[in-house]
Order: sequence, then C-alpha cells, then structure tokens
Amino acid sequence: MASPFPHSRCACTRSGRRDAAPRLLVNTRTALLPPPRIGNMKLELRGITKRFGALVANDHISLTVEPGEIHCLLGENGAGKSTLMNVLYGLYQADEGEVLLDGEVQHFSGPGDAMAAGIGMVHQHFMLIPVFTVAENVMLGHEATKTGGVLDLDAAREQVREISARFGFHVDPDALVETLPVGVQQRVEIIKALSRDAKVLVFDEPTAVLTPQETDELMAIMRQLRDAGTSIVFITHKLREVREVADRITVIRLGKVVGEASPEASTTELASMMVGRAVDLSVDKEPPRLGEPVLVVDGLSVADATGQVHVDDVSFEVRAGEVLAIAGVQGNGQTELTEALLGLQPHVKGSITLDGREIVKRGVRKILDAGVGFVPEDRTEDGLVAEFTIAENLMLNRSTGEPFVRFGNLQLGFRDDFAREKTKEFDIRAQGIDSLAGRLSGGNQQKVVLARELSRDLRLLVAAQPTRGLDVGSIEFVHSRIIQTRDAGIPVIVVSTELDEVSALADRIAVMYRGKIVGIVPGDTPREVLGLMMAGETPAGAGEAA
Amino acid sequence: MSEQTEVVTQPEPAPEQRDRTVEQSSRWQQAMRDIVGGSAMISVLAVLLALIAGGILIAVTDARVQQTAGYFFARPGDMLAAIWNAVSKAYLALFRGSIYNFARDDVGSALTSLTDTLVFATPLIAAGLGVGLGFRAGLFNIGGRGQMIMAAAAAGWVGFSFNLPPVIHVIVAVAAGLIAGGIWGGIVGLLKAKTGAHEVIVTIMLNFVALYFLMYMLRTPGLLQAPGGNTPKTPPMEPTAIFPPLFPGHNVHWGFLTAIAATVYVWWLLNRSSMGFQFRAVGINPNAARTAGMSVSSVYIWTMTISGALCGLAGVNQVLGTVTSGFSSGIDAGIGFDAITVALLGRSRPWGIFAAGLLFGAFKAGGFTMQAAAQVPVDIVLVVQSLIVLFIAAPPLVRAIFRLPTPGTAPRRRVRASDRRAEKGAAA
Ligand SMILES: Nc1ncnc2c1ncn2[C@@H]1O[C@H](COP(=O)(O)OP(=O)(O)OP(=O)(O)O)[C@@H](O)[C@H]1O
Ligand SMILES: [Mg+2]
Repeated sequence: MASPFPHSRCACTRSGRRDAAPRLLVNTRTALLPPPRIGNMKLELRGITKRFGALVANDHISLTVEPGEIHCLLGENGAGKSTLMNVLYGLYQADEGEVLLDGEVQHFSGPGDAMAAGIGMVHQHFMLIPVFTVAENVMLGHEATKTGGVLDLDAAREQVREISARFGFHVDPDALVETLPVGVQQRVEIIKALSRDAKVLVFDEPTAVLTPQETDELMAIMRQLRDAGTSIVFITHKLREVREVADRITVIRLGKVVGEASPEASTTELASMMVGRAVDLSVDKEPPRLGEPVLVVDGLSVADATGQVHVDDVSFEVRAGEVLAIAGVQGNGQTELTEALLGLQPHVKGSITLDGREIVKRGVRKILDAGVGFVPEDRTEDGLVAEFTIAENLMLNRSTGEPFVRFGNLQLGFRDDFAREKTKEFDIRAQGIDSLAGRLSGGNQQKVVLARELSRDLRLLVAAQPTRGLDVGSIEFVHSRIIQTRDAGIPVIVVSTELDEVSALADRIAVMYRGKIVGIVPGDTPREVLGLMMAGETPAGAGEAA
Repeated sequence: MSEQTEVVTQPEPAPEQRDRTVEQSSRWQQAMRDIVGGSAMISVLAVLLALIAGGILIAVTDARVQQTAGYFFARPGDMLAAIWNAVSKAYLALFRGSIYNFARDDVGSALTSLTDTLVFATPLIAAGLGVGLGFRAGLFNIGGRGQMIMAAAAAGWVGFSFNLPPVIHVIVAVAAGLIAGGIWGGIVGLLKAKTGAHEVIVTIMLNFVALYFLMYMLRTPGLLQAPGGNTPKTPPMEPTAIFPPLFPGHNVHWGFLTAIAATVYVWWLLNRSSMGFQFRAVGINPNAARTAGMSVSSVYIWTMTISGALCGLAGVNQVLGTVTSGFSSGIDAGIGFDAITVALLGRSRPWGIFAAGLLFGAFKAGGFTMQAAAQVPVDIVLVVQSLIVLFIAAPPLVRAIFRLPTPGTAPRRRVRASDRRAEKGAAA
C-alpha cells in the first residue's frame, strides 16, 4: 500500500497539478480562451448569529469573499456551515449581524431577494423540477413572456446554450431534468444561477455524491468561474478538494470562526484546525487475525422486477476478523449486492450462508436477528425516519423485542437512557435526544445510523459508503470503530467508491464491474491496478498494464 | 484521484422499476404527510377562514343584504347593518343549537344542545380515529362507509335477535360490530399487502359491496328485515342492547364513553406501543422501515384491521345509540366521509381528532337550528366543512402534482434511483 494516509497521495502531487490546465476534454478548449468577465461582487458577512432555540448554530461569524476567489468553508459536522449559507441565501433570518454586497447592507426576506441581489446557490439537494426541461427549469421563477403572456421559451433555450458554450457545459436545453445524471443536474443549477447574473455562488457539499470524474469536472468549472470574476463559497469535507481549488480557507468550529488556513497548509494541519485536536488520518491496524469463513456467497445473482440482472453470478467469502472492501464505480451492482445480503432484494438466485446457515429468502427481520449490521448507502432514504427523533431512530430496527419493548409497550425510559449514552459515545451533536433526525446536519445523521448498527450484537457488518458526508474527525472515528469491529472477530464488508477509504480499511478488495466481481485482490493493491479493474480489466491484465 | 480520472466505464443504463415505483409513491406520501403533519395552528386558521367564507356566503345570499346593496352608495350603513344582522343571526343560531341554548330557562335544558353535539360527535370521533390511524401508517382509508355498514349490520343483528342479560348484550353487540368492521378493513390491508392493490380503489369498491349486501339483507326475511314488515328496515333493538343514557333526560349515551376510550387506545397505540411505532415508521418512510426489518405488509394488514374496527365502532354507535328503533340502508349517514375531514382537521393526532369530532358534531347539531331560526340553508355548514378540507389539503397536493419542493425543509440530498441510473448512462 502506497500510504495508509487517505489524502497523502494528492498532497504530494498537488503543486504539480494545481496550475495545470484542466485535463478534461470538455473544458480544454474554452479554458484557452480569455475568460469573459461576468461581474464582480465582494461579499461580506458581519457578525452573523443564528440560534435554533437554545442552540447557537452561528455565533458572530464574519467572513469576506473577494471577487474572483474560491473561499472554502471547513468545519466539523454540525459546525454551522449550511446554516450560515442558508442565512446568506435568505432561507433563514439571522438573529444578529448583516450581509453586505459591495459594502451595502442587504435585507433578504427570502431566496428571491438573494437571487435578485446576485447570489446563487447550488444546494446539496437540487431544487430542480424533474419533469421540466432544462430550459424550463432555468426560466422558472423569472419567466420571460412574449406578447399575450406566452412563455418565451426560446429566450431561455438561447440562454442555456449561450452559458453552456461559455463554460463548455454541453447541456441540452430540451432534455428532461429527471433523465440527466447528477453531475449534469448540478450544472443546470449552475446555469440557472448564472442566468440570473449570480456574482456570488455558493456550493454546499456539491461533491458528496459525484463520481471522481464529475468532481474533477466540477472543480474545473469552479476555476473557470473564479477566473471570470465570480466569488465562490465552497463547502466540502474532502481536504484534497480544498487543497486543489481553494484560494482562502476559513475554518468554523461550534458555530464560531476559529481562523483562516493557508491553502498551502497540509491536510493534517487543516484537519487539526477543524477538529481542534490532532487528527490521525491514517488508520492504525494490525494484520488481520483470520478466523473461519463466516459469510459465504455462492453464485449469487440479483435481478430486478423487469428481469434486468444487476448482480451476476457473484461468489466470495468473508472470514472472521477481516475487512473485505467492495470497490467499483457507482452503479455496478454494489447497491443490489448489499441489499441482497440483508434480504431486501426479492429476485435472488444462488446461496448466501451466514455461520453455515442459508439466509437467502429468510426475510430482513430474521437476517437482522441473526446479527447482520447494515449501514445503507442512502441514509435519508433507507437508514433514517426523518420525522422520528434521534432516540426513536436509534431503536428503529429493534422495535419488536426486549430490551426496547416489553409486552408490546415501548420502554421509553430505557430508550432514552440508551439514546443519551449513544449520542455521547458517538458524539452526535444535537440539541437533545428528542431532536428530529431530519433536522440534524448530514454528518450527524450518518452517526445516528452507525451508532444504531454498531451497538447491536453483530455477526457481520455490511457498511455501504459509511463515511459519506462525514468530517475528517468523524471519518477517523468511524474507521477506527470499523477496525475495532474487525478485531473483535466480526467480518466486515465495506462498500465504497472512494479509493482512499478502500485502501485505508481493506484487507482484501473485491472490484465490481457490470454486476460481476472482476477480481479479489489484496488490500495493498496499487490504485492504478484498482482503477483499471474498475474499468473491467482482470487483475492479471490490470497488473501488467499498470 | 488522477488514477480514477482515467477510468472510463460503460455499464449500460438499466431501468430500475422497483425503485421507480417507490419514488412515485413517496411523492404522494410526502403530500399526505404534509397534509396530516401540519401544525394545529393551520387547523385553527383553516376553521376560521372557512367560517369567514361561510359568513360571506350567508351575507350575499341574504335577501335583505341584496336589497340594500341596490342603494349601497346612497346609504352604505343599511347594507352593513344587514350583513351584520344576517351573519350574526346565523352563527348565533349555530351556537344555540350546538352548545348552549340561552333561549331556554333552566340550565339543564339549555345544555341539551351540548349533549346533542356529543351524540353527533361520537361516531365522527370513532371513524375519524380510524381514518387518522390509516393516515399515520400512510394509508388512505375512504372505506369508512362500508366498514360502518358491516359493523352496524353485525351489531344490529346481535342487538335485535338475541336475548341476553343487559350489560352482556351490549358488550356482545359491540364486539360483533368491531369484528365485522375490522374484517371489512382487514380485507383491504390484505389485498394491498399481497397484490399491491391501491387501498383507495379497494375501499371504494368495498363501500358498494357493503351497501348492496346490506340492502339485500334488509329485504330478506330471516336476515335483517323486520319480521312481518315489507320495507327494507330492521326491527328495533332489544332494550338490553341499547347504550344507556349518560344523564337522564338527555340524548347523550354511553357510546360517548366508547369514543373517549377509543381515543385513549389510539393514543396509546401510536405513542406507546411497539405496533404503533412500526405503523408510524412505515407511514413516514417505508423504505427505512423495511430496511429496519419491519414487515410493511403486516403493518398494512393490521392498520387496516384496526382502522376498520374503529370505523365499525362508529357504525355500532349509530345502531345501539342513535337510531335504536331499527335502521335502513342510510345508517352510515355520510359519517364515513365526514371522518376524513375530521381526521385531516385533527392532524391525525388522537386528541386532535377528538376535538375536531366535537367541532363537527357541533356543526351538525347547530346546523338544523340555524336553518330553522335564521332560514340559512343547512348546506352552508357543508360548504364550511368542505372549505376546511380545501384550506388544509390544497397546498401540499398542488406541490405534489407539480413536484415542487416543500418550503422550509432543510435542503436534503437523496441519491435517487433515477440518479443512479442516470449516472450509469453518463459514464457510458
Ligand atoms: N432547522 C433547524 N432546526 C433546529 N436545529 C437546526 C436546524 N438546522 C440546523 N440545525 C442545527 O444547527 C447545527 C448546525 O447545522 P448545519 O447543518 O449548519 O451544520 P453543517 O456545518 O452544515 O454540518 P454538515 O457538515 O454535517 O453538513 C446542527 O447542530 C443542527 O442540528
Ligand atoms: Mg451541511
């Protein structure tokens, strides 16, 4: 393994690559043209304070973003980054403090005002209407009309084409938004903001669900926009991205600005500034002490209702005391495979045995009771009930028996004690155990799911994207809990699209491509080889080519 | 990073049907949750707005107001006075008929209005709880009518054809009604769980099945038809099967206590029991519930069974409390549908439904007095009720139809199936 240090690889090549022209076909041509200036605006936030009840989410935050600068906001989960941006965008009203654009105090009573003043926001959750076309979405909210109140869709189309051409976006104005990949939808959001002449653009964790290629493309776009004079606020937890594009970095902790970091700072420095203590980004792990095979998957195929095969004749085994990582580009059958392990997939062929007992078709309840811990890939969709409290979510998959239920009655006292203990142990930041899960910051939601799964008696842990949206401190924590689980003799399957995470955790790596496992290789396999395998090369072929 | 950039993969885009349907239904479920999950404040405002709109209607249909409008610019005071007269007279009559009849001399008979309200409210509360329980589990039970009819038939049959000791007779009759309503609702849950049939369609169908079945039984001697008669009507209930009055001289009977008990039960079920925990989880996020090992099918079956039994309790109250002299096919009196409004207004919270049921009971009790005393058609009450539904339900529905994001919710990202599919397409 090149380094157990998740971000070190990029750190050492960074200075060489930072100034290089974007390597993506899409952008090379336009990057050579002199960037057109699309307007400058200086953004200043002065002493912004936002409270939710007793909780101070933003505590006198001041921040300046100069035109033509990419300003990164770093901070732990729940530090208040999204809240600050929602204040800027007029979604929340600040309790104290003011927003200034080019030195003038602004009063936004809603996103409409913010947009009119030249602020655009690309939300974590896109605010596009799926059944509308790109052009219709772009014009929505400031529809131009021809005589007689007819929508002037042509003007919108032309605008989309013009902005696309300017930035090399390649977006078809007549495509339906719901048919577009996430990366392109994000570009539609950007076009939408630019069509309203946004001079300040906010990106709130835009890369959390992008593929690596899409991430690179997005960063190239951000650089282009910056060069054209746009002020950009960029929120991310991936320090590698910060080091790649940031011109300035502001670190927020517990709602307060704790200082600025230099973009030249190392990832370790950034991490410790964010968390307020030294963070060890490497994962310490002993060589695995292998036991018996606990999970044996043999000839497993998973199809959907239409007969489309997503997992195609897959066989592997996981032994006690090891971490098997499943790597691959998103959408190559990993989701269906993990769901099949939990019994969530109805059309399954082949066999899965846990401790020698067949679990195919046994039903989710029985499989959970047999000791399978499951961290689903999409926490809001499959992992949490948003309108349930933290305490309720922590007992979500133990709602039928002792100790949470006795004689059909919920044991509220036990539930609350348990929740208090776990929020402490897993450092879930919230007002209390009665906070709704949907109100938590993304990272804290993920911790609720992990706390629930890791506090059961496990025989197998299946974790899909266990650190998506987590800050570095929490990643360190989650990784160490996963390794602890492994060392306790419990086999672990980690599904991840992040090669950093795969390399950090895996004892063995299975690479999936088009529903098949192309090969299972040792945990220290070079990333070049993994990369080629993710494109479908066999391990032998990949080894030679790399 | 750099290594990954070189990776170009071309998995073919795959339709993911299972997930598509989940997405479809979750959009409507979101709308339903918004409708039933709003704050009590919205309910109160909806009632106020509806009453104001009703007042406007009363004013414009009033003859005197129309007459004075003719010379409004000459003497505007006349018209304003006429409006005040018409509206205040109507709403005062409503109050007299439903809460306290100050026209009566003694307090006891003045309170007859209030006890009438309780009588009308009882079945509304019971059926409202049934519908509301369904909402909490994400199910729209509009089969209250059918469930009431089946329960009324069962309880009524026990009520007039058995000879049992006083207390036991009532208990057996009530139990028969609850079981019949529960089965009629449970069938819906079973069909939904096993075949995926939509509960709205199935409950509408079963409403008709129940109605025609009742009409058949009412015409068949030996079943429900009163012996010797040739009208489709049952014999009167045995006195032992009738709910005794709560206070002598008033109509309100022990049925009202069953409504209170049902409210307490539903409160316990939803907030304190393991089963209700699962109902709520399925109602909010069926995907997460399934992933947490809950059986969504059995939640559907149990919810519909209990919901049916609660609607059944409304039917039981009709035959053992309100219409004890024998009933015919109109025994449900539209309560199964009013219950939907009651559940909406009560935000599907047990005590909210209780309060909403009382309000609607008051509308029913007062509506007749209003018609008699102020010559305002009783339909105004219907208009007010309908407007309440409109004010509560319309905004979330409009959002669902146009797939607009809910305002005020924290921006939330979902890796949807469509995204995943599209990503595959993009990589190609
Ligand atoms: N609408 C709300 N009501 C109550 N509390 C809220 C609300 N929105 C946010 N909070 C709380 O405010 C704090 C800051 O949340 P915020 O979403 O801004 O964090 P963040 O820095 O964006 O974190 P992450 O990196 O995990 O996304 C959290 O403790 C959160 O629970
Ligand atoms: Mg955030």
